[in-house]
Amino acid sequence: MTPGFQGRPRSGAPDLPPGQYLTPDFPVLSAGPTPRVPRDQWEFVISTETGTQHRWSWDEMMALPQETPTVDIHCVTRWSKLGTTWRGVSLDTLLDGVDSAADYALAHCYGGYTTNLPLDDLRDGQAWLVHTFDGADLPAEHGGPARLLVPHLYFWKSAKWARGINLTVEDTPGFWETAGYHDYGDPWREQRYQGD
Amino acid sequence: MRWQAARLVDRRVETSTAQTLVLEVPGWPAHLPGQHVDIRLTAPDGYQAARSYSLAAPADGDRIEVTVQRVPEGEVSPFLVDGYREGDPVEVRGPIGGWFVWRTQQTDPVLLVAGGSGVVPLMAMIRARRAAGNRTPFRLIYSVRTPADVFYAEELRRRVRDDAGLDVAYVYTREAPDGWRGEPHRLGLADVNNHGWPPALEPSVYVCGPTGFVEAVSDLLVGLGHPARRVRTERFGPTG
Ligand SMILES: Cc1cc2nc3c(=O)[nH]c(=O)nc-3n(C[C@H](O)[C@H](O)[C@H](O)COP(=O)(O)OP(=O)(O)OC[C@H]3O[C@@H](n4cnc5c(N)ncnc54)[C@H](O)[C@@H]3O)c2cc1C
Repeated sequence: MTPGFQGRPRSGAPDLPPGQYLTPDFPVLSAGPTPRVPRDQWEFVISTETGTQHRWSWDEMMALPQETPTVDIHCVTRWSKLGTTWRGVSLDTLLDGVDSAADYALAHCYGGYTTNLPLDDLRDGQAWLVHTFDGADLPAEHGGPARLLVPHLYFWKSAKWARGINLTVEDTPGFWETAGYHDYGDPWREQRYQGD
Repeated sequence: MRWQAARLVDRRVETSTAQTLVLEVPGWPAHLPGQHVDIRLTAPDGYQAARSYSLAAPADGDRIEVTVQRVPEGEVSPFLVDGYREGDPVEVRGPIGGWFVWRTQQTDPVLLVAGGSGVVPLMAMIRARRAAGNRTPFRLIYSVRTPADVFYAEELRRRVRDDAGLDVAYVYTREAPDGWRGEPHRLGLADVNNHGWPPALEPSVYVCGPTGFVEAVSDLLVGLGHPARRVRTERFGPTG
């Protein structure tokens, strides 16, 4: 206990993951400058462990069935934001027809960022490739033109400026995971750093 | 990574709103300049709050330093600056972060760009350079509201005098000191051109400060031709 510390009274605080606090704004956290990717040069590629590639241009991606998830998001730097609304394509839609026995996914991005997830965490309505936030085009600083949205994991797994996903048989730690952050990143189990 | 017991052993006033806290953390491992710690406070009713703070200096045995700026209406920083007393316990974990770091073996020129309290991890780099007797050319561009808001003012003056190859340029956004050339302004292209390294010298660039500052400066640097992967950024907290 630290003598004198009271904390801020939190009456009616919602049920947040441990160690998180609510923020009304939308903080920006990333490791380098913001990449700017024009839509006509954007593409999204899923590559399987055998090297087969599935590609979508911007227009092709937009022609797929779109969903409008409203979800809570939790950043490892401790802010949480509730009830955020996005629009994009379910990863189930993108993975449909992709023939793979892989267990892992490594998301990679314009700008070079990577992050790893178990492939199962991208399935069953748990993940989207989103291009719209709060009814407007996703701004570049928040990962536009398109980013992953995997709200059940810490937000660094929701890779900004998404360019593709490599499906792999073995787990390959990504950018923050190599820099000491947890491999999986479950906010409810407070898996922030390696060893948590 | 575990929470470790720590206690306050010393504090130094940096400005009217910021103080350096010296914490003793038994068994503290080494850390790299640029890394941070999480500090956790526990209230009598068990409520806890934790925030990240950059390590301001190389470790001195079990002693580490952080510099905390009071954020008006903040939950943790006003307590650390005004309420936290010598000898009292907190919990600390770290060191955290392996990307926004400078290693003394690096030989490329270094450009540091600080906005406000973003100078803290960059000062750790300047101090580590000095401690290692490293001669790598370093330039710091430090954007700050007024002269009274400069952290480590006296030490920076001394380092510029004594540490060969270190330059510091200040950009004042609200109020400039007498004799400073120019009007108060936000850091812009001319400042980076005048006080930075050209991309051709392939410097390592570290930018730290509030999110909006980091966004603007890193866009400028990339626009000037610095490859994005050589521009490392640390964004302190919320937008704006
Ligand atoms: C990697 C990292 C390193 C950091 N290093 C340092 C450091 O060396 N020194 C330091 O003083 N701070 C540092 N910070 C910021 C620090 O972690 C806290 O965010 C800050 O002290 C405010 O906490 P608080 O509890 O007082 O305010 P909170 O109760 O969290 O916030 C109160 C209000 O202030 C706003 N706010 C919160 N943080 C900031 C901010 N940083 N700037 C502007 N407005 C804010 C909030 O949106 C809110 O409206 C660092 C942050 C990160 C992520």
